[in-house]
Amino acid sequence: MRPYAMTRGRTSSAAEMKIDLIALVITEAEPGDDGGAQDDHSLSPEHLDIVERCQHQAVSVAELASDLDLPVGVVRVLVGDLLEGAHVQLHQPVPPAELVDESILREVINGLRAL
Amino acid sequence: MAFARSDRRRKPSADEPVALKLLVAGGFGVGKTTLVGAVSEIRPLRTEESLSEAGRPVDDIAGVEGKRTTTVAMDFGRITLRDNLVLYLFGTPGQDRFWFLWDELAQGALGAVVLADTRRLEDCFAAVDYFERRGIPFTVAVNCFDGAERHAPDIVRDALDLDASVPVVLCDARERDSAKDVLISVVEHAAQRAAGRREPATT
Ligand SMILES: Nc1nc2c(ncn2[C@@H]2O[C@H](COP(=O)(O)OP(=O)(O)OP(=O)(O)O)[C@@H](O)[C@H]2O)c(=O)[nH]1
Ligand SMILES: [Mg+2]
Repeated sequence: MRPYAMTRGRTSSAAEMKIDLIALVITEAEPGDDGGAQDDHSLSPEHLDIVERCQHQAVSVAELASDLDLPVGVVRVLVGDLLEGAHVQLHQPVPPAELVDESILREVINGLRAL
Repeated sequence: MAFARSDRRRKPSADEPVALKLLVAGGFGVGKTTLVGAVSEIRPLRTEESLSEAGRPVDDIAGVEGKRTTTVAMDFGRITLRDNLVLYLFGTPGQDRFWFLWDELAQGALGAVVLADTRRLEDCFAAVDYFERRGIPFTVAVNCFDGAERHAPDIVRDALDLDASVPVVLCDARERDSAKDVLISVVEHAAQRAAGRREPATT
């Protein structure tokens, strides 16, 4: 059960449960820097994978899970660790009901038409 | 922002990434995976859930000492609409024992597609019920399998006892354009719903 070894048997804390499936993870860093993650010896290779993938663009939790071939729950735990260590930033999705006007939805519709 | 508390709606700033999700639901083998794959590059997504949540009978785990989780695979697609605007699609597992997963997926969903097969319409009742109860805007997409009788959408609407505002469209989940039209219908419905909420008094 490698995933459990990786998260040291932890499943999910309350904080991790709040990490949305489509929350976007962005590495907290100046360009070229990695927020000190390389020097943080409490981090596993999988933590560093996440840090690296999120360096140049925001990546959703779901994509991280899919790309790293890890279950979503494991990615949540890893992202939770990285948040705690201030290595990454998290953009939780704006709930659709809070989008101020329809312009975003218009854009989505036009974008889909243009696909 | 002193006034922020009464105004829960906000506009993301131009460079703030916006991620939205749509769910694709429906009975077993109705074309969920096909639909997600028609409009996006599909990838498998694994989620592990505890067996108690999955509601699996206890005797199922007899002999699998220590295994307290089960893996559920979902279809997952991403459509990049522009920089910082991404639409994610999640094809939900059809079996009822995965309802708990839906709760997480449905949280914050922009809307949903309920795929229906006219030969076994009852298979989508549960999904229709689910989204109705949670007030999630959805479109019923009648997947016209070859040889299936092409029920007029109104017949499907009646059979499913749908609200007049719920769009019912015919589709072929294998066709990209058809699948696109289904998604557009969901987003348009969600936009109308949002507009309605915004101006409840101006009728
Ligand atoms: N003729 C026709 N066949 C379709 C259509 N959509 C899907 N199929 C076929 O139906 C079968 C099942 O489709 P899937 O997309 O795997 O269905 P699903 O809902 O993901 O199935 P489960 O995940 O097992 O519940 C496949 O062989 C598809 O090729 C359609 O619109 N028309
Ligand atoms: Mg499928």
